[in-house]
Amino acid sequence: MKSKKLWSWLALAFGALYFALPLLGTLEFSLRARRGVYSLDAYRSVLADPQFRETFSYSVVMAIFTILVGALIVVPTAYWVRLKLPHWRPVVEFITLLPLVIPPIVIVFGYIRLYNTSSILPLTGTTTGTNLLLMLGYATLSLPYMYRAVDTGLRTIDVGTLTEAAQSLGAGWSTILARVILPNVLVAVLSGAFITFAIVIGEFVLASLLNRPAFGPYMQLTGANKAYEPAALAVIAFSITWICMGLIQLVTRFSKHTNAKR
Amino acid sequence: MQSRKLPLTWVGMVPFTLFALLFLIAPTMYIVVGAFRTSDGGFTLSNLVNLFQPTILASYWISIKISLATALVGCLIGFALAAAVTLGGLPNWLRGPVMTFSGVASNFAGVPLAFAFLATLGRLGLVTVLLKSWFGFNIYSHGFNLLSFFGLTLTYLFFQIPLMVLIITPALDGLKREWKEAASILGATGFQYWRIVALPILWPSLLGTLALLFANSFGAVATAYALTGSSMSIVPIMLYAQIRGDVLQDPHLGYALAFGMIVITGLANLAYVWLRVRSERWMR
Repeated sequence: MKSKKLWSWLALAFGALYFALPLLGTLEFSLRARRGVYSLDAYRSVLADPQFRETFSYSVVMAIFTILVGALIVVPTAYWVRLKLPHWRPVVEFITLLPLVIPPIVIVFGYIRLYNTSSILPLTGTTTGTNLLLMLGYATLSLPYMYRAVDTGLRTIDVGTLTEAAQSLGAGWSTILARVILPNVLVAVLSGAFITFAIVIGEFVLASLLNRPAFGPYMQLTGANKAYEPAALAVIAFSITWICMGLIQLVTRFSKHTNAKR
Repeated sequence: MQSRKLPLTWVGMVPFTLFALLFLIAPTMYIVVGAFRTSDGGFTLSNLVNLFQPTILASYWISIKISLATALVGCLIGFALAAAVTLGGLPNWLRGPVMTFSGVASNFAGVPLAFAFLATLGRLGLVTVLLKSWFGFNIYSHGFNLLSFFGLTLTYLFFQIPLMVLIITPALDGLKREWKEAASILGATGFQYWRIVALPILWPSLLGTLALLFANSFGAVATAYALTGSSMSIVPIMLYAQIRGDVLQDPHLGYALAFGMIVITGLANLAYVWLRVRSERWMR
């Protein structure tokens, strides 16, 4: 028994070391920009870079649109499948998992060939079109997470009864979705949204191959040209991921609380 | 009534179907079909045959090796960590933070991850410098290079291990205490319990997760690209260069390259699903 505990502590310590060192290393490196002393120079330089602000806000806007469009597609579909087409569920679930199977680089390869200027839907011909394509591509990448989150959320409520109750009070489909179903799965949608946000902010391949000025390609470019700024960017990116995951924990805990009260 | 209701039920699936068709299925099919086509539209297998040239085969091989190495080591260490937290008698409060951190770290891939490892194990990285100034040990003069097979594997493990922890923890929780008790009543040692009872039950989950981790690292581009530029010729990076500038000088060979990736990740995921179904028999 004693030795088992010892081994567990050893495994944990080893894991902690492996995961802590790169984080510490990055933090330390990002503070090294001024010779001899620790300083925030790298962060100052990053934050002062207009390119940083442009690409970062571009990715934030992209993330927000992706979340809205993703939720708009996923929530009604997941609801509809649970309510009316339960035998479709395996099929829909399979399709939503495909973005984890097909590498993103292959999907975007298809976009570039399928929606080029000489095709019927020449999305890559204009800036707006390419932005739209990138956003829909992000929605595709986040589909597995969004769908899984919403579907799990729907499992905890009685979709059929809620729908009938709403219908007997005279509600139409849009009212049911917006005012009955959505509030009930809001926590699930939010956790899907935060994961989506974390994915979109740092995404590199899609944005790079579609030539859009997003945060991921900007980070890559900085990495190729600067010394200490990349580490500062990594710290910033990691903090964003942390915040997103923290928010997921927060909303889930919050929802457990309200459920318990009921 | 029935005839009026049916079309309506179907209409509810239109937005999703359209979205999936246009932005997931059709682009993928375009690549797949392109892999079997000549430049004037006829059917051919020559693109696939052309994959079997030394440079492309070499890049598939190194991709497969890296994915296999990160998947195997990720599984092993991830399993050890998950086992330590769930069954190892560690204090209960540790579990929450470990799971949360795994959630974060498994999503911390891509460009920033490459930066993190460069800042740690690069030529001027924290660990490199500390080892040199404390012990006079220069890892770079002893054959270590972050921009290599080993370095890339070490970096990928940062998201592979947490993914393993996330997936295998529920399976470890599913090991019923009664099994352990029954085994020890029958006189089994801890080792025997693991070898005869626990591991055979966990085996499908373990292999399945191995397949998933394999696919996970096989498709990854950003980390490798930011870490090594195009000096490391793994398949996704080769495909990236091909999409950018047709380096293979044959668009259809590019499709075939992408098709090969789908086949490999597809097979790995198929193995995952199949093994998962098998493992769930025990998890009820």
